[in-house]
Amino acid sequence: MADLSCKIAGIDSLNPFWLASAPPTDKKYNVVRAFEAGWGGVVWKTLGIDPPVINVSSRYGAHHDQNRRLLGINNIELISDRPLAVNLQEIRECRVEYPDHVIIGSMMAPIEEKIWKDLAQQIAESGVHGLELNLGCPHGMCERGMGSAIGQVPEMVEQVTRWVKEAVDIPVFTKLTPNITNILWSAEAAYKGGADAVSLINTVNSIISVDIDNMVPEPVVDGKGTHGGYCGSAVKPIALNMVAEIARTPETQNLEISGIGGITTWKDAVEFMALGSNAVQVCTAAMIYGFRVVDDLIDGMSQWMDDKGYTSVDQFTRAAVPQVADWNELNMNYDTKAVINPDNCIECGRCHIACEDTSHQAITMTNKPEGGRVFEVVDEECVGCNLCYHICPVPDCITMEPVKTDKPPMTWPEHPLNPMSHAAE
Amino acid sequence: MTNLQAKQARKSGAVHGGIGHNDAGDGFSDLHPAYSTLQAMAESNRCLYCYDAPCVTACPTSIDIPSFIRKISTANPDGAAKTILSANIMGGTCARACPTEVLCEQACVRNVAEDTAVEIGSLQRFAVDHLMAREDLPHPFKRAAETGKNIAVIGAGPAGLSCAHRAAMLGHNVTVFEAKAKPGGLNEYGLAAYKMTNDFAQREVEFLLGIGGIRIEYNKALGKDISIAALQDSYDAVFVGVGLGSTNNLGLKGEEFPGVDDAIKFIEQLRQTEPKSDMPVGNNVIVIGGGNTAIDAAVQAKRLGAEEVTLVYRRGAENMSATEFEQDLAKTNGVVVRYWAKPVAIKANGKLMGMSFEKTELDASGKLVGTGETFDVPADQILKAIGQKIKTDDLAGMEITGGKIVVDETYQTTAPGVFAGGDCIKSGEDLTVQSVEDGKQAAIAIDAFLKSA
Repeated sequence: MADLSCKIAGIDSLNPFWLASAPPTDKKYNVVRAFEAGWGGVVWKTLGIDPPVINVSSRYGAHHDQNRRLLGINNIELISDRPLAVNLQEIRECRVEYPDHVIIGSMMAPIEEKIWKDLAQQIAESGVHGLELNLGCPHGMCERGMGSAIGQVPEMVEQVTRWVKEAVDIPVFTKLTPNITNILWSAEAAYKGGADAVSLINTVNSIISVDIDNMVPEPVVDGKGTHGGYCGSAVKPIALNMVAEIARTPETQNLEISGIGGITTWKDAVEFMALGSNAVQVCTAAMIYGFRVVDDLIDGMSQWMDDKGYTSVDQFTRAAVPQVADWNELNMNYDTKAVINPDNCIECGRCHIACEDTSHQAITMTNKPEGGRVFEVVDEECVGCNLCYHICPVPDCITMEPVKTDKPPMTWPEHPLNPMSHAAE
Repeated sequence: MTNLQAKQARKSGAVHGGIGHNDAGDGFSDLHPAYSTLQAMAESNRCLYCYDAPCVTACPTSIDIPSFIRKISTANPDGAAKTILSANIMGGTCARACPTEVLCEQACVRNVAEDTAVEIGSLQRFAVDHLMAREDLPHPFKRAAETGKNIAVIGAGPAGLSCAHRAAMLGHNVTVFEAKAKPGGLNEYGLAAYKMTNDFAQREVEFLLGIGGIRIEYNKALGKDISIAALQDSYDAVFVGVGLGSTNNLGLKGEEFPGVDDAIKFIEQLRQTEPKSDMPVGNNVIVIGGGNTAIDAAVQAKRLGAEEVTLVYRRGAENMSATEFEQDLAKTNGVVVRYWAKPVAIKANGKLMGMSFEKTELDASGKLVGTGETFDVPADQILKAIGQKIKTDDLAGMEITGGKIVVDETYQTTAPGVFAGGDCIKSGEDLTVQSVEDGKQAAIAIDAFLKSA
């Protein structure tokens, strides 16, 4: 079995799977269960200064598919609603009882130096391996000048990071909000502030659904609803892009990354790490299925590493980053065509109607004399868009085959039809 | 009936159990219990929403199956029901009685990769039942402006009522003449009791009549109370949906002996008997035939408490017109099935004793012949399910070929202005769903006929 141990921001972890700061890491009881289940670490639910916040009922909205599978959850829960001293005592106990497991203290405060520094020191004294600065929650706390209210202003991100780095001598993770125009601005600010790593993404600001009987956004709190933080597998693509941008941009590429955002399976985790994450955090998958999902994360990643011949996670961490390019760097002379394997085709007709209605009219449907239909790609019309490949319900029925060409690679800036290429001459 | 014992209907256990169904154990409870909302959600999401779907082609009424299933999956079961009923106003009965395993579900693409079709019939029932339970909603279809035309429909079975509903929708006034005291035809009198529970046939007729413009006159039999010629005189068009009123005979001596009955008469009597425990049944029952009616009779006889039910068919299992599902149903209900044997004598000694059979085989030319070897099966009840045929006496003026009324592509018979559909014509299989399609298409043809007249 492959070695899954990893190091992020100087912290050694049994495996790259941590629970993110959220309801699953709210108290010792949960954290003990998580460690027993196999999680390498937890980021404790965000701590603030006393008095603790008060939470409302209800707190979660859901984005289901039609089979009632959860694609995403949106929450309006605030930070820990338990006294700071209680949380810190439980952290101390967990550190003693589970010395090999990582505990990161998540924290949040108004934009005031003394408060940040005092709170950071108090949490550090509990024995945590590092601190994570929650600059991301897009609901509730931001209305009090915290969370995303800080994370959306790069100068504040830098300032807060610097304050905490000055106050403690343990690693500091700055947690970034995706609710911005350009993730690089806040990532660079964290880097300038001295962050050892960034954690991203926090939740995406959202209204997840509307109770159309009562005309109220969900979750409903006594007849009203508010925007909340969206998480779960649906946000994974947003997170992957932001992680990759930080990993491939010179100004931010030295930041270590704790990847977060809809990680549900071991493959999701591999993707986050391949795009630049040194380790990952998971929340929603555990909230949906329980802590036992870590078993598949560990087992699946190990199995895949064995199959690929990787002996440590370092060997594939950031492995996909060099291949992340700007659109302008793509080869315009590369061409693929869809190929339908008639032996695997179940004749559902989905590829035909999708291409016919919404793409390039490149898949014909012909009735066979003996009954049934046959679907064929018209190569001259096929632009290789992949739509049919993705909607086909049968794996490996449609493949995308590269077209042999003698043409050399050519990017859009080099292309003769690009008016800008002439203007530049 | 002196030699028949009335027996307490034995509790035999439902074939298909399931969470949330409280009627297991009653021998005449639903063969396929109704879906819960959860089941409908899960099953509807198995549908791939095929384009130009094979299941639609396989449905004689061309219900847009992917569309209705998608509506179920988006929590719009009433919309799903309207999609179904717009193509097949008896979608509720068809959901229960259709041999889906040889129609829509056989064509389901899920069979190809997974060997398990989407349960289209159960989903259809879920949707239609949901709509029919909505007493707050008006009938889902509106009538076109009144045309002032009057149409006579003979027979309140699936073909007649389907024709009546579509004709009423198109703005015509319809009078239905029904020989029996209740409407529904074979839905009411012919389908197995465990396929049509809770008086569904009557509820469906009531729902269908909600369109308005349809009047039913009961106990009006063709040839006795009404004649086609008279109806031709007083109506703008006539639709004949009389089904097959007569049955085939074995041609054996003693066929009139008490205890020897037509299977369809047995089923009719059972359907009209409440409670089912009042229905008399033999101890040793022989059923002759290889179709779904034979299976229905055999299984119901067993569920009524017959000790031995032997179904005898003159050819092999693969030749039976009963579907594989139906054949399995017989076996799981403890019916003994004997293939390759034909009845040669009815044995009676003051009372019915049994039957003699001769074993059969195919000769070199592929013809079915007796082997000369015989065996006896004891019986105190014999049910014949060897096919029905048209009653020709009252169909004067119409050409009849091969035991079916001849119609052109517009369902018009050789008698001008007289149309026909259902089991009495040769369209597809003799199935409820085909009759509904015939009636619907005939109504559309009648509408065109009346407009061109």
